[in-house]
Amino acid sequence: MSPAELQSKTAHPVLAIENLVTEIRSVRGLIRPVDGVSMSFPAGKIVGVVGESGSGKSMTAFSIMQLFPTSAARVAGGRVLLGETDLIGRSPEQMRAIRGSRIGMIFQDPTSFLNPVLTIGRQIEQQLEAHRWTGGPPAGDRGQSYANRVSELLTSVGLPRDVSTRYPHQLSGGQCQRVGIASALACDPDLIIADEPTTALDVTIQAQILRLMMRLQRERAVALMLITHDLGVVAEVCDYVYVMYAGRIVEEGDVRSLFAAPQHPYTRALMSGVLSLTGTGNIGFAVPGSVPDLAAPPSGCRFHPRCPHAMPRCSQEAPPLFDRPSGRSACWLHDEATP
Amino acid sequence: MNGPVRDFWLQFRRNRLGMVGLALVLLLAAVALLAPVLAPVDPFRTSRQALLPPMSPGFLLGSDHLGRDVLSGVIWGSRVSLLVGLAAAATATFIGIVVGAVSGFFGGWVDELVMRVSELFQIIPRFVLALIVVSFFGSGLSNLILVIGILSWPQTARIVRSQFLRHRALPYVDSARVLGMKPLRIMFAEILPNVLAPVIVVASLDIAQAILMEASLGFFGLGDPNLRSWGGMLNTAQGFVQRAWWMSVFPGIGISLAVLGFNLLGDGINEATDPRLREG
Amino acid sequence: MPNRGDKTLGRFALGRLVNSIPLVLGVIVVNFLLVSFAPGDPVTALIGDFPAPPEYVERVREQFGLDQPVHERLVRYVVNVARGDLGFSFANRLPVLDLVLERLGRTLVLMIVTVTFATTVGVALGVMAARKPHSAADAAATGIALAGYSIPVFWLGQILVIVFAVWLGLFPAGGMRSVRVTYTGLAALLDRARHMVLPMFALSFRYIAITTRLTRSSLLEVMNSDYILAARARGISERRVLWEHGLRAAALPIITVIGYSFAFIVAGSALVETVFGWPGVGRLMYDSIFTRDYPVMLGILLVVSLSVIVVNLLTDIAYALFDPRVRY
Repeated sequence: MSPAELQSKTAHPVLAIENLVTEIRSVRGLIRPVDGVSMSFPAGKIVGVVGESGSGKSMTAFSIMQLFPTSAARVAGGRVLLGETDLIGRSPEQMRAIRGSRIGMIFQDPTSFLNPVLTIGRQIEQQLEAHRWTGGPPAGDRGQSYANRVSELLTSVGLPRDVSTRYPHQLSGGQCQRVGIASALACDPDLIIADEPTTALDVTIQAQILRLMMRLQRERAVALMLITHDLGVVAEVCDYVYVMYAGRIVEEGDVRSLFAAPQHPYTRALMSGVLSLTGTGNIGFAVPGSVPDLAAPPSGCRFHPRCPHAMPRCSQEAPPLFDRPSGRSACWLHDEATP
Repeated sequence: MNGPVRDFWLQFRRNRLGMVGLALVLLLAAVALLAPVLAPVDPFRTSRQALLPPMSPGFLLGSDHLGRDVLSGVIWGSRVSLLVGLAAAATATFIGIVVGAVSGFFGGWVDELVMRVSELFQIIPRFVLALIVVSFFGSGLSNLILVIGILSWPQTARIVRSQFLRHRALPYVDSARVLGMKPLRIMFAEILPNVLAPVIVVASLDIAQAILMEASLGFFGLGDPNLRSWGGMLNTAQGFVQRAWWMSVFPGIGISLAVLGFNLLGDGINEATDPRLREG
Repeated sequence: MPNRGDKTLGRFALGRLVNSIPLVLGVIVVNFLLVSFAPGDPVTALIGDFPAPPEYVERVREQFGLDQPVHERLVRYVVNVARGDLGFSFANRLPVLDLVLERLGRTLVLMIVTVTFATTVGVALGVMAARKPHSAADAAATGIALAGYSIPVFWLGQILVIVFAVWLGLFPAGGMRSVRVTYTGLAALLDRARHMVLPMFALSFRYIAITTRLTRSSLLEVMNSDYILAARARGISERRVLWEHGLRAAALPIITVIGYSFAFIVAGSALVETVFGWPGVGRLMYDSIFTRDYPVMLGILLVVSLSVIVVNLLTDIAYALFDPRVRY
């Protein structure tokens, strides 16, 4: 798929975020883990979001849900468009009605995200009750009982029905993640956010879970936001990818072209890491240092202190996203005006 | 002030409730020390002016059924509470440290035995046991201190034990061993200073508990008969609740403030020394 | 309960029961030590100061083998206790076991009502405080908790009598029921309830403090956990997140503390019963101190310690019922 083709598909994404800014009040001052991020999620597509931990990829997901692990965080600017409506500024009750029904979420550690003292069935039933689930459109299935829906969901993720009467500690990590997927799908959402869904699992289980997610996503033509730090996974399953660094998008594009010709020095650094991991060649490029301190981010391009191509301009001015054949990339190297 | 103490003080000072606790404790200490100066009369001096209400001439807080001054009693009573509280908590802390250190450092059957005994102490109601022992052996001041102290060690022991279990596996203890230090020296010179903070916290709360326990024994008529104590005053007051509220009210305020003071002080020290709490 | 038969729960309970046998023996040994180390003639500790017939004194000496070596005395003591023979109270003219058990029933009534009331109030206050940390409600809950930890129960009892019985005349100052009028049926029940209000309040206060503090901290911790975030992400309403997810998980430490504070509340009830003349085990203890009725005092210690073991056992079973993770 060419960028132009994809562009036409993303013209009407199920969900888009524009210039999203999220702030956290901390003892060290106000920090912005998400700083002017725009993304869009078309129906039936898998969109990857990659970056090191602390790059703001998970916070972007929480900002979409307007639900944060800490009460010190809040969305400070930008828009989150679900269809035509902006979710920012909606009442808590309106947001509650959207979470778990229009947008489903899958978490990293499946065992800690299930309540240990409630049965699996009870936890999913609660969700159906919370959204007064009626079988969704078309109206044919209306009146189907919640219990039936729970067994149907469990079957669809490859679990036996009687899992509904069990407690989380009686299931394996992989089984718990299947429950997580079932819950994300429970109310036929438009978008599923999966935050590193396989990181906490055994390597052998990872592939199974990934395949299951892909199959269900394709069958239901739902948009999937896949947050990961595994470029291999991105290459394997995603249609489109955003690369984040220190709260900003540094590069985005169609997966095949981006992997063929990464534009941003940071992306290239990440790719070389992948190459060296697989042993097919090391171009002698590393990403030394670590993600910058968000309480005092570097000036200009946030990557410049670690960038081998850094120029004086990079520390003075933040680069915009330049159009590239593969997508867009935020680096002054792409600017014709750069000497 | 040197480094760690200064750091601690800077942390502690920011805790308002902790400072209130410190103030109450200092007030208690001042009243106890200055009792002979502060008290208008001998707390045992009887008079014919029995059951006078507060604000009566010569009896600011009223008088009891024998015409004794309630105010003087409350002032002298602070001595008993503070003395028993401090001495009993010191006894408990000493036993707790020794037992906990031995148990945590050596482990094995010693540890097993100590844990079983401290479990037993959790089951047997301390107050009932104290009542029996004191009524067997008499309720003199030193008996009260010993009994309360001996019944209060398990909490300190458990904390010291768990800290020792953790610390004995740490590199600095290993290197002390390699250097040929004797176990006793390692335990008390190397490990103990590192586990002192929680011990001090528990000691402060132990003082509060000991004051309550002494007052409760006193209320049951098992206080030192030769001393005027708050618990003992409330024991007398029990017979006069219908007629002389002041006999109850003032000694009780004394107990409550003293216990509150040490509780707040303990919580304050805890918050100033526990790194987990300090961050949040 | 799904996937969990009564058989496994029964086995769990049995296992815990077996585990508590050493504690039961320990309690008996402590009692024995008290008898052995009591100053003066050990027979005093077994009979009390109340004048007893010399034949009885001789019989006790024989029965407990007081002229035998220590291990022989210990065995005899354990055997006697196991047969339910805790001696005879000459002050009350009743076998000690009968006397203590009769009084224990009345104490339990007071305790059960107190624990129910205090748990309800404490959990409610704790939830209020945890819902909005650092709010006025939180400050109030903290204040109540601090007062509860610091005010002696017997003094609180006296103050309640002074204010509500003497000054306001709302409730009786003591006793378990009115003695001048005889009520029947519902009126009798109401009369007893009226007598219970003040002692229950006095006894509840510290317990409310404990549950409030614990509910607050436990709920705050649970509400910050991953599965609460996940429940919110599923669109579960805040009310349900709090009551069904939060409190259910927070309930576990609360159950434990309620059960394990039983030993604590026994001491409290001894004091409160004395203030209010409630004819329970605590009042019996107070009276026995004055009559130097040692067998009764030791009997109370034994019976009460054993009931603590039983209550702890029940607590563990309740915990297991509540928490599916406990393995039997």
